[in-house]
Amino acid sequence: MADTGLKETPQTTEAVGGMGHSVKRKEDPRFIRGQGEYIDDLVLPGMLWLDIVRSPYAHATIKGIDASEALKIPGVLAVITGADLEKAGLHWMPTLAGDKQMVLPTDTVMYQSQEVCAVVATSRYIAADGVAAVLVDYEPLPVIVDPFKALEPDAFVLRPDRGPDKANNHIWHWESGDRAATDTAMEASEVRVSEDIYIPRIHVASIETCGCIADWNATRGQMTLHMTSQAPHAIRTVLALVSGLPEQNIRVKTHDIGGGFGGKVPVYPGYVLAVVASLTVGKPVKWIEDRSENLQADSFARDYHIHVELGATKAGKITSLKVKTVADHGYTDAAADPSKFPAGLFNVITGSYDFDNAFVEVDGVYTNKPPGGVAYRCSFRVTEAVHAIERMVDILAHDIGKDPAQLRMENFIQPDQFPYKTPTGWSYDSGDYPRALKKALDMIGYDDLRKEQLEKRAKGELMGIGISSFTEIVGAGPSHDFDILGIKMFDSCEIRVHPTGKVLARIGVQTQGQGHETTFAQIIAEELGFPVADIKIEYGDTDTAPYGLGTYASRSTPVAGAATAIAARKIRDKSRKIAAHLLEASEDDLEWTNGKFSVKGSPDKSKTIQEIAFAAYTNHPAGMEAGLEAVDYYDPPNLTFPFGSYICVVDIDRGTGQVTVRRFVAVDDCGNIINPMIVDGQIHGGLTMGFAPSLYEEISYDELGNNLAGTFMDYLLPTAVETPAWETGKTITPSPHHPIGAKGVGESATVGAPPAIANAVVDALWHLGVRNIDIPMTPQKIWAILNEKGVTA
Amino acid sequence: MTTQHIELTVNGEAREADVEPRLLLVHLLRDVFLMTGTHIGCDTSNCGACTVLVDGESAKSCTMLAVSAEGRSIKTIEGMADGANLHALQQAFWDQHGLQCGFCTPGMIMQASWLLARNPDPTDMEIREGIAGNLCRCTGYVNIVKAIEQAATELRAPASTDAPAEPAVAS
Repeated sequence: MADTGLKETPQTTEAVGGMGHSVKRKEDPRFIRGQGEYIDDLVLPGMLWLDIVRSPYAHATIKGIDASEALKIPGVLAVITGADLEKAGLHWMPTLAGDKQMVLPTDTVMYQSQEVCAVVATSRYIAADGVAAVLVDYEPLPVIVDPFKALEPDAFVLRPDRGPDKANNHIWHWESGDRAATDTAMEASEVRVSEDIYIPRIHVASIETCGCIADWNATRGQMTLHMTSQAPHAIRTVLALVSGLPEQNIRVKTHDIGGGFGGKVPVYPGYVLAVVASLTVGKPVKWIEDRSENLQADSFARDYHIHVELGATKAGKITSLKVKTVADHGYTDAAADPSKFPAGLFNVITGSYDFDNAFVEVDGVYTNKPPGGVAYRCSFRVTEAVHAIERMVDILAHDIGKDPAQLRMENFIQPDQFPYKTPTGWSYDSGDYPRALKKALDMIGYDDLRKEQLEKRAKGELMGIGISSFTEIVGAGPSHDFDILGIKMFDSCEIRVHPTGKVLARIGVQTQGQGHETTFAQIIAEELGFPVADIKIEYGDTDTAPYGLGTYASRSTPVAGAATAIAARKIRDKSRKIAAHLLEASEDDLEWTNGKFSVKGSPDKSKTIQEIAFAAYTNHPAGMEAGLEAVDYYDPPNLTFPFGSYICVVDIDRGTGQVTVRRFVAVDDCGNIINPMIVDGQIHGGLTMGFAPSLYEEISYDELGNNLAGTFMDYLLPTAVETPAWETGKTITPSPHHPIGAKGVGESATVGAPPAIANAVVDALWHLGVRNIDIPMTPQKIWAILNEKGVTA
Repeated sequence: MTTQHIELTVNGEAREADVEPRLLLVHLLRDVFLMTGTHIGCDTSNCGACTVLVDGESAKSCTMLAVSAEGRSIKTIEGMADGANLHALQQAFWDQHGLQCGFCTPGMIMQASWLLARNPDPTDMEIREGIAGNLCRCTGYVNIVKAIEQAATELRAPASTDAPAEPAVAS
């Protein structure tokens, strides 16, 4: 394993397995045996199947739906249309971003593969037969796929439902920073560099698609919704508010989830249709989307057209940043963004650099595409921001002839400037950016690589080196800036210590593979000294877990991890009282070490946490409640700001345009580390999901709105062959406001990697006059550039 | 729709079923035999989540009809462990943190078992090429490659009567 970078040795023994130990995952035995319990593995008695008829057109009027042939098929029980839903007022549903989304259309489809109607049948295959037999009569309408055309004054108005006051395709305008001061600083800048950068639409494509089983029991008045959700409690409350079902009679269970990455945060029409179908027929109804539905219809990330200008002195000191962005949200603003800001955290775009003037504006636009604005393994628009600033810093360095590493070093916010207030209003908690970059430069052997590059260039070989020194922003959130339909974004943990000294803890967050059953046990082991093996972590059942807002935006450790540590400390506080009673000592005379309280100066007089747990049920002090349990709901005072420096080395084939990532060094700083093995695993995966859209993945559309990458034949997830052998390193700069000094790590690498790769590719071609290449940097794209520049094999 | 009677062996057990000719092998395993360790991740044979062994050859069970399995011997993830004793690949995936969400894992392990049967001492790139038909979205493959290397070493070692030691922490 690469350098795990732990600054301090773990405080607990390996047998206890607290923070800093690479404890093997407690959840793995079921997965390696094929005994995971994913949604499509569940079969309930009498269960029916739901499948969906989808539109071949990106924009069309529905003239009629003829389900008669479908209903003749033995086993097809019902066909649900928008007209059916309209009777119950369920044909539209609210989005998190304050817009609304169709469950089923009553008259118009807005994107290719949109849900048109649903077939309920007795089996998976018969439901598919029913879908094939439904006849829908469409009349095509004009299609808008280009958000700039959507903004033209005479553009077809895509959402007439918004009323005559909003007879255009403009959703919202949002700005941040000081426009006038930035304009003044920009005008005064000795050097100004600007670029148009497009961050294309992509899809998370977790290997498990989305699905659910809605199970309505009319006798009990109970709705149990088994579903692939990253936020089960929020789903329960929304379902209660929309359906009118009493919330105590709704139970959402997630079971095991086969990857989320943000794609399992939203509510999709398929889930709602299964609920409606189960309420209608009184039986469990299962909906499982297939891969082509997943890649064409549910929700998408990025699609940001960014115009960015950077001002600096001739020596390369950054003075100002100005950004104007058009955000393509598709036909509805269904962004999974719980912040109060329509463009999320995009104004973290000033990055790791110390300058005073920045202004950012974003305009959201409707097009005939499925919903955009859903995360792809990043907090709300951070990847777009990091890409823009890290690309611009590199362009500036190249323009003034300064080494990109040196230019970064000269512009970094310095360690003694934290907490650091950015010109767009964020307060960075802690950081040591020079140390991380220095470590990355050393690990990769930067100076030697630059010499090699010069030698290769002299021979005509194309080699590039790219750096990204990113600042992440994770852990939504402080409730003054983040809520889901008004529910503040705290998170929670409830810990129960049983008489025999074994622990059951339940958390309000949810794992989609991150390893919560292990890492949350490690937090409790660290705080209370129980061995990890004695601690069971549960989540994903709204009947038992304390209320939480779910897992996305790298918020599990920053928010629920903090709640877990604090709940454990409440238990330790009560344990101290019990220990004082047992030892006939004053609480003040006790000290806590290695999972036991002992009398100061008399270490042989002690009580272990296990002995205290037993006493909590058998011999607790008079006047004290029995039991040993605690709950905490944690509302963080600030976000956390992980960071890192990544360096990428690429070789480009002159004949084919193929980019090969030869080496990639990632130095991450996520504060204190709970489990180094799991942190490295998160970074490996995050890097791969940064690598993927840099070179391969893009959901693009033709002028008729046809999705051109709707299956894995065309939407290219990297395989083991292309994926680099990632080299990782760490620095540790604890978060000062987090109870265990941790920051969150799941998404850093996805955010930080793309500009390192893009900077490396442009660096390889800069001498040919190339300033910017939008991702994905496919062989076709690079070959066309080489061809234009007269470069041949 | 008419059905066809098939007989086959699954993880060493004789099984039979009456199936529609269009039923996919993966649905026979999952929906008829209720062996849900074999997963479905795409509809184009790209992801490999459904990988099983058919007469010892790696096969994507979403791209094979159940009726084509007539008379064949199928091995799935459920057939890898010997009771409480994990197969060397299962142990190695656990030891090396070769899985996160676990969804691709059964297919990945089955494909790796096929690879190691053909090539007991593969290089790093031979492992990567050997699992190129299996997509993982979580791990970045680094630890999957390490796990397959560990299992290859374990399986090449002379048979030992002692069960492999189970480290408390990953290497």
